[in-house]
Amino acid sequence: MAKVIMRGNQALAEAALRAGCRFFCGYPITPQSEIMEYLAARMPEVGGHFVQSESEVAAGSMLLGAATTGFRVMTGSSGTGFTLKQDAISWMASYDLPGVFVNVCRYGSGLGQSTKAGQDAYLQATKGGGQGCYRPLVYGPGSCQEMVDLMALTFEKAEQYRTPVILLSDGALGQMMEPVELPEYQEPDGDKPWALKGKGKGKGRRLISPQRTDPLYEQHLREKCAHIAATEQRWEAVQTEDAEVILVAYGISGRVCKEAVRVARAKGLKLGLIRPISLWPFPTKPFEQVVETAKGFLVVEMSALGQMTEDVALSVKCQKPVYLYPSGPTPPKGNVILQMVEDILQGKLKEVF
Amino acid sequence: MVVCKTPRLLIEPSLATGICPGCGYGIIKRLLAEVLEELVIDEEAIGVYGIGCTGYVTRHFDIDWLWAQHGRAPASATAIKRLQPEKIVITVQGDGDLCAIGCSEVIHAAVRNEKITVFFLNNGIYGMTGGQMAPTTLPDQITTTSPQGKSPELAGMPMKMTEMISVLPVAYVARGAIYNPAEIRKTKGYMKQALEAQVNNEGFSLVEILSPCPTNWHMTPVKAMERIKNKVVPYYPLGEMVTKGGES
Ligand SMILES: Cc1ncc(C[n+]2csc(CCOP(=O)(O)OP(=O)(O)O)c2C)c(N)n1
Ligand SMILES: [Mg+2]
Repeated sequence: MAKVIMRGNQALAEAALRAGCRFFCGYPITPQSEIMEYLAARMPEVGGHFVQSESEVAAGSMLLGAATTGFRVMTGSSGTGFTLKQDAISWMASYDLPGVFVNVCRYGSGLGQSTKAGQDAYLQATKGGGQGCYRPLVYGPGSCQEMVDLMALTFEKAEQYRTPVILLSDGALGQMMEPVELPEYQEPDGDKPWALKGKGKGKGRRLISPQRTDPLYEQHLREKCAHIAATEQRWEAVQTEDAEVILVAYGISGRVCKEAVRVARAKGLKLGLIRPISLWPFPTKPFEQVVETAKGFLVVEMSALGQMTEDVALSVKCQKPVYLYPSGPTPPKGNVILQMVEDILQGKLKEVF
Repeated sequence: MVVCKTPRLLIEPSLATGICPGCGYGIIKRLLAEVLEELVIDEEAIGVYGIGCTGYVTRHFDIDWLWAQHGRAPASATAIKRLQPEKIVITVQGDGDLCAIGCSEVIHAAVRNEKITVFFLNNGIYGMTGGQMAPTTLPDQITTTSPQGKSPELAGMPMKMTEMISVLPVAYVARGAIYNPAEIRKTKGYMKQALEAQVNNEGFSLVEILSPCPTNWHMTPVKAMERIKNKVVPYYPLGEMVTKGGES
């Protein structure tokens, strides 16, 4: 299929539709609104449903209801709005219900900054912002094309593991325009074993959390999460084999870092990059291969305190120093990265772990 | 001679219902089963129930059920009905669930005129959590969080959600009570009409049912029924507020 130029948010929305998603609900918030605007127009064209909810709390509850029908369903938000959906995510996890929550991350705590992209929803997304123990799979695309490709995967994994899945985009990727190749349309199919369809000629069924009925629930959850952690890691490794310093960055920062690796290599600096694509499960495997050879790891992300540093330190089992470049509400800069790498090599930069 | 017949939807009649002696929820549960049976819509019914003693209404009740987040049943029901318009989607919610935490969800489901039916069980109190003050608690009523009696100065006058919704162009809105056989029969009629509005694709319907909670009102079942007639109904008048096509 020919490539088309699309904005990240719209590419994501179109890809969801083509993955068979037939229900979207959301509440306006920058920089996510283009997703809902796009689907408000497109959903009726394919016989799907769009509901502008009265709040993000209601959008979360709508998604929960929508998920019980067996169809592929999605909601989108950002910042404070994504926070309001945490209860629904926890509830859907408790019911083993699949559904997709998109967070087009904006920077900051509280109201944050609507026009600033951010990567500081990492902990909230990957460690679970709601009550209880659950682990949604989280994907962090690094380009418009990857956003499109991950969208179908996101729905597949949600159904395979019967869990809410989070697509963690950001304001920069959402607004960026790039050529993308769109996939073919998948037929929507609501005929799923977990769906509530009315009892028909059978017996009435109550959707109830297996937590309340299954004495082995905790064990099953542990096994499921261990299985996902072992089999669902995704990443891109760039010139890590001989690298002395390895950058670790996802999403928008991953793009900047890729370019930094190219520039560094041209200068003779042995720099590499691990770009996590699955954020939960965090890709620990690429670190196992390089923990002996690399001198240190530099986490690059758009946050104030660094949110991915612990995961990197745990992945290298604290055997090598982990450094941090928290670029705050502006994208990281290539020259700053290169300077920090030189400082690391000269022992001038203090590690965080 | 048959003098008493258990509705076919109420299965396992020998098992515990969870409902306190004298609570109105047993009557409401039976009425709901009867109307679903009489309209022959139980096979396509999907019930979404709130958090509270309302859950007991759904126990051993043979339709499909989803337990919603506290107050959010109308939002979940909205999505279920949109994706499966051929189903009959109902919610069963208490007054704390619907008037307090879920105030926004029920109002906006009504504003969108979603084709769902809300059964609003008003016992004027948070029953499940042990009798705290609700937005529907009457002035001077003593509860665990209004130990001196509810002060309208501090807590306001009881919320009239059903009246508030009735100003919207929805399909059907009514308030019933169950303190004597005549009112029980009328309430059953309201419930049936609300469901018929959904069957006929007319839009949003809601029936509020005033229900006694002898346990948390600290009264005998008989006194609790009398209190509804003498104290609750004067503030919460009974009857239909919106019928067919939005004409009051
Ligand atoms: C978010 C949330 N807050 C509080 C509770 C605790 N809670 C459980 S039942 C209930 C009261 C329900 O009262 P009402 O809706 O009037 O139903 P009733 O028990 O009177 O039938 C509350 C507050 C909860 N489950 N969830
Ligand atoms: Mg109550």
